Amino acid sequence: MTESLIEATAERLFGDYVTPKHLSAAERGGFAADAWRAIEEAALPRALVAEEAGGFGMPAAEALTILRVAGKHAVPLPLAETMAASWLLAGAGLIIPDGPLSIAPVIKGEVLTLERRGAGWHLAGKATRVPWGSCATAVAVLVVHQGTPMVASVPRAAVEVTHGSNLAREPRDTLTFAVTLPAEAVAPAASGVDPASLRALGAAMRSLQMAGAMARLLDMTTRYALDRTQFGKPIGKFQAIQHNLAILGSHQAAATAAAMGAAEAVGEGLRLFPIAVAKVRTGEAAGLCAGLAHQVHGAIGFTYEHSLHFITKRLLSWRNEFGNEAEWSLLLGRHLATAGADRLWHEITAA
Amino acid sequence: MVDLTFAPPPPFPETETLRQEVRAFLADALADRTPAQCAESWQGHDPAFSRKVGAKGWIGMTWPKQYGGQERSALERYVVIEEMLAAGAPVSHHWIADRQSGPLILRVGTEEQRQAILPRIARGEAMFCIGMSEPDSGSDLAAARTRAEPVQGGFVVNGTKLWTSGAHQADFMILFCRTGAGARHEGTSQFLIDLKNTAGIKIRPVHAMTGEHHFNEVVFTDAFLPETALLGKLGDGWNQVTGELAYERSGPERFLSSFLVMVEMLRVIGPEPSERAAIAIGRLAAHIHTLRRMSRSVAGMLQSGDDPALQAALIKELGNSLEQEIPEIARLLVDCEPSLETDDAFLATLSLITLHAPSFSLRGGTREIMRGIIARGLGLR
Repeated sequence: MTESLIEATAERLFGDYVTPKHLSAAERGGFAADAWRAIEEAALPRALVAEEAGGFGMPAAEALTILRVAGKHAVPLPLAETMAASWLLAGAGLIIPDGPLSIAPVIKGEVLTLERRGAGWHLAGKATRVPWGSCATAVAVLVVHQGTPMVASVPRAAVEVTHGSNLAREPRDTLTFAVTLPAEAVAPAASGVDPASLRALGAAMRSLQMAGAMARLLDMTTRYALDRTQFGKPIGKFQAIQHNLAILGSHQAAATAAAMGAAEAVGEGLRLFPIAVAKVRTGEAAGLCAGLAHQVHGAIGFTYEHSLHFITKRLLSWRNEFGNEAEWSLLLGRHLATAGADRLWHEITAA
Repeated sequence: MVDLTFAPPPPFPETETLRQEVRAFLADALADRTPAQCAESWQGHDPAFSRKVGAKGWIGMTWPKQYGGQERSALERYVVIEEMLAAGAPVSHHWIADRQSGPLILRVGTEEQRQAILPRIARGEAMFCIGMSEPDSGSDLAAARTRAEPVQGGFVVNGTKLWTSGAHQADFMILFCRTGAGARHEGTSQFLIDLKNTAGIKIRPVHAMTGEHHFNEVVFTDAFLPETALLGKLGDGWNQVTGELAYERSGPERFLSSFLVMVEMLRVIGPEPSERAAIAIGRLAAHIHTLRRMSRSVAGMLQSGDDPALQAALIKELGNSLEQEIPEIARLLVDCEPSLETDDAFLATLSLITLHAPSFSLRGGTREIMRGIIARGLGLR
């Protein structure tokens, strides 16, 4: 497949800036400031917003391919989160602050409250597992006020942060809000954007990151199978290993197809069906592919020294973020059951 | 970097009108078929139905008009065949000819063969079977022993073909056999055989484990074929046959074989499923939706003349596993004891597919062969 310019840019940048050294430093809590600066200079975090807001004005499906490339490289930075926050803020007509950003809330059922306070607003409540919350200069919060979804731009300094992390030691922090914001920091969300759409955007983004990570696994594992010799020949010459790689490859291919479908769906007004499909399909493939990659790599792939774990730990975390396979399957299943047996094929083809 | 990416399927909004037309046609044409009959999928046989499909212009629809085609796109054809499969239409009378034999004749056949055969296929009046496997040549197609010896005015064929689906009903066979010296892939050719008008061919049923008659053993004893029966170039059989197999492996029939089990399961489960059932149904739908995207991507590749052999193997590998998983999930979600002697639509469909399921990852190339093709695509072979 031909690579777009934006993919090529992302590939070059991440290839230059994301090394095993950066990845292990990030696990110890370091923020890869140089890499972030380079990514910001290339304007990648604003790829999802219109030109007048500093973006490229490119189709969402194309902009989101950046995240597939980021997933391939396990970029230890809040690129997806900043893209999502920028999209949310720009949609509400708010200024996009410089620096890394995040979004909240991300956990199902978590609700913040927004009240009028003088000429401004008071935002209160707690958001857990906020990705990269502690590293963000500001957080875009989506909160429903009297039935209207509103977006608030909240400086991180105004928020109480408790540190947490996922299996790959990416920050997943608890943010406690009790903050009064000026009027210009809060505005109604873009038409049609509500908490469900923010969650769907997150699911689509994680799907793309996972698809990229699985492509990397396939590449690393194939190379390893051709390099590693046992019983007098490269292990990749054994049929058992070839079949494991074929299974890995087929699930990777399906995950990528589904994730690209989700990227298109984001650009078509966040159509839920293909996004749910993608999160289910990539999530299922993630565990399977990670398991097979480890199996082929043997003991060396289980060591910290080998960089396989930077990819697999992300896959094993991302599949649970923004809704696991069960959550999104349930949504699809209930929708199809309501539509009924005789509409099943119609629903699948229409989506 | 190794990458097994499927290009996004080309957008094709024009197909929606066609889709509605096909749905309306099928709603009428299949009104009297029971769910269990529909579950036979592309093994269902009904020559009258195939003639009706031919009259609509939906067989050989991508072929040139001079051969009875409609010069429509591979994507339009895709819409027609997936609608047929999803509805459980009895397509076996025209399926193989439309999918691979017709395209093969179009690609390598003589002008005379094209004019004689393709319009008949397009009308739904010429059923084909594929003479590839033999008693000692299953997955290892290059081990074929059936041989056509050149004689005055043609060839004489001796040997045995096995697992030949529909040979007892078919008008024509495309035979793959040895014609020259050389081992394995060398010295092989393909022939177009008029089964109804050739002496020395004996067709014996091989009943499947369900008791159904789809397979046959076809024995050639000094069967004379005229020179005009040679299809393509003498000695080019292996190249021709591998090209044909990509058509056989990438279509929606490689992931929709159990679709009607899912439909009937959904009917039993009803509009308010348990959480467990809803999750299972949603997951299966996600798999089908994804495979459909991949399969439409291959239709796009066929349209632009690309070779989808690797993509076809990936789809078949994933699709066959899904087809086999669907009845396993259904039997756990709906408490039942399977039986073929039942009027219950769900039970009849589930039972039939449970017994057909082992064949899904055998026919058209086994799972192991598909994995070998994928491994080769990854550079491991």
